[in-house]
Amino acid sequence: MCLAVPGQLLSIEGDDPLARLGRVGFAGIVKRANLAYVPEAKCGDYVLVHAGFAITVIDEAEARKTLAYLAEFEPEDLA
Amino acid sequence: MKYVDEFRDPASARRYAEAIAGITTRPWTIMEICGGQTHSIVRHGIDRMLPKGVNLLHGPGCPVCVTPAGIIDAAIALAGRPGVILCSFGDMLRVPGQGGSLLAARARGADVRMVYSPLDALAIARGQPDREIIFLAIGFETTAPTTAMAVLQAECDGIPNFSLLVSHVLVPPAIEALLADHANGIQGFLAAGHVCTVMGYWQYEPIARRYHIPIVVTGFEPLDLLQGLYLCIRQLEAGRAEVENQYSRSVRRDGNCTAQKILGQVFAIQPQHWRGIGEIADSGLGLAPEYARFDALRRFAEIAVPPERSSECISGEILRGLRKPGDCPAFGTHCTPEHPLGATMVSSEGACAAYYRYRRPRAASMAIAMAAGDNSP
Repeated sequence: MCLAVPGQLLSIEGDDPLARLGRVGFAGIVKRANLAYVPEAKCGDYVLVHAGFAITVIDEAEARKTLAYLAEFEPEDLA
Repeated sequence: MKYVDEFRDPASARRYAEAIAGITTRPWTIMEICGGQTHSIVRHGIDRMLPKGVNLLHGPGCPVCVTPAGIIDAAIALAGRPGVILCSFGDMLRVPGQGGSLLAARARGADVRMVYSPLDALAIARGQPDREIIFLAIGFETTAPTTAMAVLQAECDGIPNFSLLVSHVLVPPAIEALLADHANGIQGFLAAGHVCTVMGYWQYEPIARRYHIPIVVTGFEPLDLLQGLYLCIRQLEAGRAEVENQYSRSVRRDGNCTAQKILGQVFAIQPQHWRGIGEIADSGLGLAPEYARFDALRRFAEIAVPPERSSECISGEILRGLRKPGDCPAFGTHCTPEHPLGATMVSSEGACAAYYRYRRPRAASMAIAMAAGDNSP
């Protein structure tokens, strides 16, 4: 129910803050999403879309840090 | 798919399982809050990668499951009024109240429609001014801003034929209710990543301190869940009780302030009944007085929400972490996703439905997936 899917913001339409719309690409499928809750979003950003709304801009550097966390384990950390 | 595939890498998942085994010296009981996390854990077999004695309890975070049966009954009654089009999310239409589901009402002739977003319901209202459009609004803090925006747009654009039956729920009061019930033995929480994307996690800091319990804000992919469990167990082993953020690519401490501002404008906090659990103080959102004219139960004052009847189903105990699906004699026999007895079997994110789909013989689950038209990867 709280499913939110990451997609890339391809273009932005309109400037009404409540109704600004983005075209978001999800691995080949393009859907429109309301951008009212991500006023900072710009084309090329990845956003998380839930029920027709982008709810956050994904932080690329933080994603890389999360993936790198495991690589920093020393062999003795592993059983 | 970027931000999905790389968080499903099997070799990294195995290394996490080893790392968790390496730091675990005793049994721990950890609850994941969100039904999406439960679904992912059972689907990917994450619970089976953990050391013996690490027990995952499945929390109440499936809003479809915890929506009171009486709300569904009221929605069915509203759908039966002349001129009404009742809209909600697909999952919600299949869930039986105490007198059938909205899909069954549609089969009897009611105009019930599945929408992807509350804005789709508003678009129907714009297109059909001679009909009354009612949106059955359910969901946690993740979904409530989408409802709030539909209300704001309806007001801005003066849409007179749009109203809502609101049953939104809030996570932190439910966590506190679970912690006050010592019988479940919860020692750590994985908090729901998308709820915290909207609300942030500062609200969880006093809970972690008060109950001396680690809370790790966690995402939904296998590596997210394994890292969340690793961080939670590392805290437990060290005797720490802090809020940590595993899902930092999406969640910031303060959350989405724009969404919170609009939530605060459109909704007011109120007591809320949770299906299978009962009433929890301050755990629901209702329309604020300024927006009360959008309340479908006010517009159709002849419709009331009936009280919940007791049932033989143990879903209340499952939602509170006291039992697991296999403990129920009805599980998989006279309680199935097609004919659910209660909350945790009604939606695919309920613990019983996830166990039914992924923890039964292969032939049975294939048949269910095919019957459901499943094409998920």
